[in-house]
Amino acid sequence: MTLDYLLKRLGFFVLVVWAAATLIFLLPRLASERNPILERMGRTAAAAGVISEGLDEMVKEWEAKFGLDQPLWRQYLYYLRDMLHLDFGYSLAYYPAKVLDQVTRALPWTIGLFGMATLISFVLGSFGGALLAWPKAPRFLQYFLPLFLTLSAVPYYLLGLVLLFLFAFTTRIFPLSGGYSVAVVPSLSFPFILDILRHSVLPGLAMVLAGVGFWALQMRGMMVLGLEEDYITFAEAKGLGGKRIFFRYALRNVLLPQVTSFALSLGMAISGAILVEVVFGYPGLGTLLLKAVSGFDYNLINGVVFIIIIIIAVATLLVDLLYPWLDPRITYRRGMR
Amino acid sequence: MNALRKRLWGAVAYGRRNPKLLSGVGLILALVLFWSIGSLLVSPTRAEPLAGLPSQSPSWQYLLGTDSHGRDLLAVIMVGTGFTLRIGLSAGAIGLGIGMILGFLSGYYGGLLDTVIKGAADVLLTLPLLAVLVVVVAMMPGVISLNVMILVVASLSWMLPTRAIRAQVLTMRERAYIQVARLSGMNNLEVIVKELMPNLLPYLAACFVGATAGAVLASIGLEALGLGPQHLPTLGMTIYWAISYAAMLRGMWWWWAPPAVIIALLFVGLFLLTAGLDEIANPRLRRGM
Repeated sequence: MTLDYLLKRLGFFVLVVWAAATLIFLLPRLASERNPILERMGRTAAAAGVISEGLDEMVKEWEAKFGLDQPLWRQYLYYLRDMLHLDFGYSLAYYPAKVLDQVTRALPWTIGLFGMATLISFVLGSFGGALLAWPKAPRFLQYFLPLFLTLSAVPYYLLGLVLLFLFAFTTRIFPLSGGYSVAVVPSLSFPFILDILRHSVLPGLAMVLAGVGFWALQMRGMMVLGLEEDYITFAEAKGLGGKRIFFRYALRNVLLPQVTSFALSLGMAISGAILVEVVFGYPGLGTLLLKAVSGFDYNLINGVVFIIIIIIAVATLLVDLLYPWLDPRITYRRGMR
Repeated sequence: MNALRKRLWGAVAYGRRNPKLLSGVGLILALVLFWSIGSLLVSPTRAEPLAGLPSQSPSWQYLLGTDSHGRDLLAVIMVGTGFTLRIGLSAGAIGLGIGMILGFLSGYYGGLLDTVIKGAADVLLTLPLLAVLVVVVAMMPGVISLNVMILVVASLSWMLPTRAIRAQVLTMRERAYIQVARLSGMNNLEVIVKELMPNLLPYLAACFVGATAGAVLASIGLEALGLGPQHLPTLGMTIYWAISYAAMLRGMWWWWAPPAVIIALLFVGLFLLTAGLDEIANPRLRRGM
């Protein structure tokens, strides 16, 4: 991997994050002339049962404080500066909590659950799909494909609802919601980790079941083409064992495009994961986002969404940087090819 | 008349060779029928709050029970299917329209325009779109209407069509028949409309289905977070109400299961349609299946 490739890839990363930040700054302002501060104050005043007379002055004061009386381009620059420092301000609904603190508390849950589930479904699906195209694989595998393909068409969270009903509500094998039991004190002990795992099984399973079919179908298609390559025939002619041909010759080469689409699919996958968390009340970013939305907490919404975008951009970057390591042909040197 | 019958038979015969397309069309048609016949038999007002007793389990009077607000859930999913189909199809059509314009511009003319359009589509595609849409909808003033929902979802469903159409136009641009058309004096617009478009029809259809599926996914996802038309019983809003009123814990399976089943059928139908159209567009796939 050369500096050239690294710089190019980092440039794209910066471009994506900048575009995302600009979009979430600009789109709401294009869509409406809404004044969140006025609304927020109006709601607070109404909740207190007082129609405050000084509301307008207060709004002006706050607007000056947040720089909302400045021209749009200056607001945009301030906004970019804050995003660069990951400074999302205070939570409006849970004042004086800071948005960043809330987000960092939810972050490990989402990364753990989403990361594990997508990895497991990618590995299982790719391996299963490769076996489907392999002539010596057991036949019974063929019967699973239609089932998993159907599941892959269905959004994660619907599967989550069904799993919740079957294994938590009806049979009570797994807990109904949350990330850990209420009675347990969070600590780095073995029972607590076991408790976390027990709570993650169903949401994770929902994502894995829905993900496997997609990867299997794609992998099978590429494997069918890959097995027709001359180097496979050559390997067979050399008298290499089936296992060696499968792993070293066939699988490794078709894995590359699969990894590319893995990087591309992450954005879609996290949208599903957010909703799975909502269904299971899992204490990650998805549930936090729901709380922010229902509390009209604009700062918190902004913060959660921006962090989700960063996670996906970083994950895509990491997968892309893995690419040269996976593919011995690519050295990313200028002028090669 | 005879010609029509012949064409019909031709379609049926093709459908037997392409069972995915046939079953996909069948599923979507079944849902459309469910909605249209349903709204004839059951009054849509039964889908409104206080139409019946609250929290009733399924009985002869309420075939699928009622929710905590007394909405008749059979009526809800019938009306909701219509709303969800409308959001998906309209947003999909708008997405395809924008995608066609940008895709043809980008692929046919190339140059700086191509770089900008392709770059924008690539950047947007890697973003978690649901998260971006959440910000937009959360900032919307007042109650969200069906049309606003359609526009919001459509605004980010043009990237895949753009890329697919651009790629196809690039491969076709230099073919001989395009050259001939240009030499015979057609202007660019005529070449695009008369020569390129007819050849792209299967791709355009596949793009439309893809954009529709994406739009339905996005709209139901937003609704499940409560960011949909709050006063309309769309399928996603029904899921949202069911989650926020803890229907699962209260054992009210008839609240969340019927909309979930309809959504699942809709997605499976769209998935089969895409797979079937793929087979038309890429004849290479036909062998392996």
